[in-house]
This record gives sequence, C-alpha cells and structure tokens, in this order.
Amino acid sequence: MSGESPRSRFPGTVVPGDKVLYDARDRAGSDPARDLGEAGDFPFTRGPYKTMYRGKIWTMRMFSGFGTAADTNKRFLYLLEHGQTGLSTAFDMPTLMGYDSDHARSRGEVGREGVALCTLENMETLFKGIPLAEVSTSFTINSTAAIMLAFYIAAAERQGVSADKLRGTIQNDILKEYIAQKEWIYPPLPSMRIITDMMAFCADHVPKWNSISVSGYHIREAGSTALQELAYTLMDGFTYVEFGMKAGIPVDKFAPRLSFFFNSHMNFFEEIAKFRAARRIWAKRLRDRYGAKNPESWRLRFHTQTAGCSLTAQQPENNVVRTAIEALAGVLGGTQSLHTNSMDEALALPTEEAVKIALRTQQILAHESGLTERVDPLAGAHFIESLTDRMEAEAEKIFQEIEKRGGMVKAIEQGYPQLEIAKAAYQFQKDVEEKRYINVGVNDFVEKEPTPFPTLRIDPRVERDQIEELRRYKERRDGSSVRGSLEAIRAAAKDGMNLMPPLLEGVRRGVTLGEVVETLKTEFGEWREPPIYW
Amino acid sequence: MARTADLLVTMKNESQRKFRIIVAKPGLDGHDRGAKVVAAALRDAGFEVIYTGLHQTSEMIVNAALQEDADAVCVSILSGAHMTLFPEIMDLMKQRKMNDVLLCGGGIIPPDDAAELAKIGVGKLFGPGTDTRDIVKYLQEEIPRRRPR
Repeated sequence: MSGESPRSRFPGTVVPGDKVLYDARDRAGSDPARDLGEAGDFPFTRGPYKTMYRGKIWTMRMFSGFGTAADTNKRFLYLLEHGQTGLSTAFDMPTLMGYDSDHARSRGEVGREGVALCTLENMETLFKGIPLAEVSTSFTINSTAAIMLAFYIAAAERQGVSADKLRGTIQNDILKEYIAQKEWIYPPLPSMRIITDMMAFCADHVPKWNSISVSGYHIREAGSTALQELAYTLMDGFTYVEFGMKAGIPVDKFAPRLSFFFNSHMNFFEEIAKFRAARRIWAKRLRDRYGAKNPESWRLRFHTQTAGCSLTAQQPENNVVRTAIEALAGVLGGTQSLHTNSMDEALALPTEEAVKIALRTQQILAHESGLTERVDPLAGAHFIESLTDRMEAEAEKIFQEIEKRGGMVKAIEQGYPQLEIAKAAYQFQKDVEEKRYINVGVNDFVEKEPTPFPTLRIDPRVERDQIEELRRYKERRDGSSVRGSLEAIRAAAKDGMNLMPPLLEGVRRGVTLGEVVETLKTEFGEWREPPIYW
Repeated sequence: MARTADLLVTMKNESQRKFRIIVAKPGLDGHDRGAKVVAAALRDAGFEVIYTGLHQTSEMIVNAALQEDADAVCVSILSGAHMTLFPEIMDLMKQRKMNDVLLCGGGIIPPDDAAELAKIGVGKLFGPGTDTRDIVKYLQEEIPRRRPR
C-alpha cells in the first residue's frame, strides 16, 4: 500500500481539492449570530422553521404521471394508500408544449413521459376520488401553467371546493425552460407577462397556492455544476420578484408564495452547503434589496428531487444507494418536501415496485435514523460552514456577471447560461471518460453482462383512447361558446388585461389546452433557440 | 514538382473528407444534454457536426441530412417517442433513396425496442453511461461500410 488512495473528484465542484482538514481559521470573520442565527429566523441558514422535522416531517411527494388521466389517477391512489403525503403530477410532452393529443406534432408522445391532459374533463378524471380541499398537489408544468391552473380551479369548483381552499404548487418557472428544460412556447417577455398575471391572480384568489416553484432541478440535470444551479435559480427568483414589483404587486403580497425546487446530487457536503446558502442569499436579498418586510417573503422553502442524471443504466440496483445518499443530503439541508427517484429511471419510467422502494427510502430516513430529531445538526462544522460561505460568495460573482449582461432575460437571449451549462456538461462527461471521477458500474467496477431489468411499458392504446376521448369531448361542446371564449382570451392577451379570468371562463366552457395555445401564439409569437453546443 | 504534390494533397483530402454528421433532436423532447455532449465529442474527434437544435420534425431532419450530404444521422430521444419517430425518419430516408446514410442514435431506449428498430435498419442506439469514444469508433467503422470511398 502506498498510503495514497486513488482520487475521484466530483466534476465542477467548488470544494477545494487541496485541503484535508478544516478548522476555525477557515472561518475567520464569520459571526454565528449574523450568518446563522436561529432556525426559523433571518437569515434562515439553519432552516426555514424553528422546529423543522420535529414539528412536521417533510412531505413525501413522488412525481408521477403516465398514460391517460385515468391511468395516473390509479397511480395517485396507490401512492396515497402506501403513505405518500402529497401529489405531484408529471405531464406528457404535448401537454407541456401546448399541443392537444390529436395534433400531428403529438404523434407518438401522448402519455409517454407523463399524463396527457388537454381538457377540464381530463383534470376531473385525474383527481377522481381525491378530495381537493385536503391534498396538496404539485404540477410540473411551465409554458402551459396558466391553463393547467385554470383546469385545476375549475375541477375543484365541480367538487364544490373554492379556489381559496386549494393548496399546492405549480412549477410555472419559464426562465429555467429557456435555460435548461427547453419546453417553451412564446418568447421570454410575453411568457413573463403570463407569469406576472398568475402571481397577481393567485395573490387575490388562490392565497394558499405557490404560484412559482423556482427550479434549479432541470438546470442541474442539463449538466450544470452545483454552484451554477444555485446561482441561476436564485437569479431567476430575483427576476420574478422584480417583474412582480414592476407590475405593481407589493413584494410582500407575492414573495411568500414563491417556493424553490433543487436537485440533490452525489457530492454530499456541497449539496448541503448549497441548500443552506440558498436560504441565506434569498433572505438577505429580499430584505435588503427588495425591501420585503414580511418574514414570510424572506423564508426560502424548497422541494428536493434526487438527481436523475446520477442514476446509471448499468447495475440499476446501485441507484437505490445513490438515491438514499442524495435524499439524506436534502434532509440535512432542510428540505420541505422530497421526491426520491426510482432505480430503473435510467431505463424507462419507473415501475410500481421501483417507486415503492424509492418511497420506502424516505420512510426509512424519516422514521428509523433519528434524522428528524434535531434541527440543522451539521451547523457549526468548520467544513460545512466554510463551504456554505464559499457557495454564497461564488454565487454572488455569477449574479454580478448576469447583471452586467442586463439581467437574466437578456442573458438568456444571449445564450449565456445555456452555453455555460453545456460546457459544464461536457466537462462532466470528460471527467468520467478520463476517470478523474469514478462512476461505479460505468467507468470502474464494470460488469460485462448487463443486468436484465423489468421496465414499465406504455400501451399504444393510450394514444388512441386519449384521441378518441378528446374527439367526443369536442363534439359535445357548444361551438359558439368556445369561439367566444377564445376571442375573449385573445383580447385579454392583446389589451394587457389579466389573462386568468378569461382562461378560467374558457375552460369551464370546454376550451382545450391546444386551442388556448394556438390563440395566444397569434398574439405572442413563438420562441426559437439558436442551436448552440460547446 | 510542387504542383503535383499539391494535387496529391487535394486528392487525399477529397478521399478523407471529414465524416459529416447530423445530430438531431426530433419531436417535442427538450432533453438536449446528451445531444450536445455527443455533438461536442464528435467535433473534438474530427467529425464535421451539424446540430439541428430542438423540436425538429422528421421531415426537417431528413431534409437537413440531404442538403448537407450527411454520412450519418444521429438522433437523440428521451421522451419515449422513439418507436414512432425512428420509423418515421427511416421511412423518409428510404423514400429519398438515402440507403447509404446511417441512422443511429441514443437516449432512454429499452433494449427490446432497440432490437425492434434494428429490424427496420436503425443502427446502434447508445444509452446512458456510454463512453463517447465508443460512439466515435462505431461511426468510424460503420460509415465506410455503407459509403465506401
């Protein structure tokens, strides 16, 4: 033995590679009262709430959706029956991109990557047997978020539940679509206008609803580093605040309803530092720059999903362990809700069995490990605190870079974050291929024979059934009422009136998702990204 | 003397024209991390790469391949639409007599589906964890087999 272990260094980390031991000297100039405070108090480094998981264990929220609304409704009921505490909906590509299931561009994509949902009737089916006054629901949807929210409010009305009772989150973070997830429709400015309309509408009518879930998850999945994820996501958050304030909504009226969504990857300590830094940066900026007075505006709350991109198609069982480590980082970072990925997700959408193990992983963390007993147990550790400080300082540099470019919308139009992420993704790949980073089962500890693994198959009948159902729905509607509704939506888009009221009225009268989008495209135009790679 | 040498160099370049590859994202899928990483890796390996960008129809991809006289079309699909989109692209390529152009790709594609697609002539489909050098090697071997030069 030479005494030196082989190094495997996480790609793109800000953790210095040269130091072995951290001590008090690494935190010269820090002030615990100022930098950490108490959990539940400014600057919230130690957690958004005083008692954290003693008061309430994080929400176990598994993201699911496939096939028709009826298929996903079955999965929802299964998850609730097995102890899941919140719902989270994944939509198929056509729904996310604003095409009805019967559109030519939807061919082959209906119900594949999530549930197909283009009518109010589909939404009612999705939540059949689930009382909407009692569950909190999350919708991962962005370009078409306003329409989905209208469907949800209208479906709740039909259950006899008024909008002010609804709890949940709609992702509605269009900036990260341009940056990373790439499910856009209109150009950035009209998209920001729709979001501003939604923030105003929710503040008045759906007060318990999180109107934007500012998301770093997809930025990370697209290949960013932890630092880029932190900086771009918070910058997106600041941009929504600035647009809201410019639209004349008082910051304390909408900022408390912004929530966040982060990725938890394998670089354990850096992930924890990222979560803690995020809370502190947000609190300071909201109070000191935007003048928010309400502590609820300062308090950053977030959902965590373990990193899909860390899962390997090779030896899929190993992914259970990866997910557990990532989930642990999320919990030690103080997450409010958690999705744990299933071991088969590098192969296909997860099977029921695989999802169950992922949910059980959370239950084991919550109930067997003692993790929930103390608040922010890592606070004060030299390494953790110095890393938290470093994440904050480095993020500030990226904020300055983006501000120099005229803000996030301009930076996106220039392709800046897109290119930086593409560079980081390529670097990650090269680090794996050149074995600077060991990825078990991929570039080391490799097995010759691939593990045979059962995967979920989506029945081709899904597309046919969904299209047939849509055809019948369209036949039953009153055509002139639909045309009138679409005209009202177009007029609101043109005149700058809040879009939500005519949308809500439209979906009540049977307008479909695709019809709304076609109408809005005529006013707003469409976004095209110049194809760039690094 | 010099002119003969120049001529020889030109002839050599002609026979060693860089392989021209279309890297394409069809359908509505927005997952472009893999496509971009592969595009960059192929470029660094000396290929000429044309990246189509997102949300392309099958028609747009095949037209691009024709116009660019591409040697291979590499299609990335992570949205589950591969059993629709690959056959669609393949049909168009056959209609346009592009029999010597390789269609291959990658993404989240279960092995059974890949076997099914191989039957209609789709080349290798690379999944997560692939070393980009394996893709380079495959293209270097497979393209001359279809397009002797």
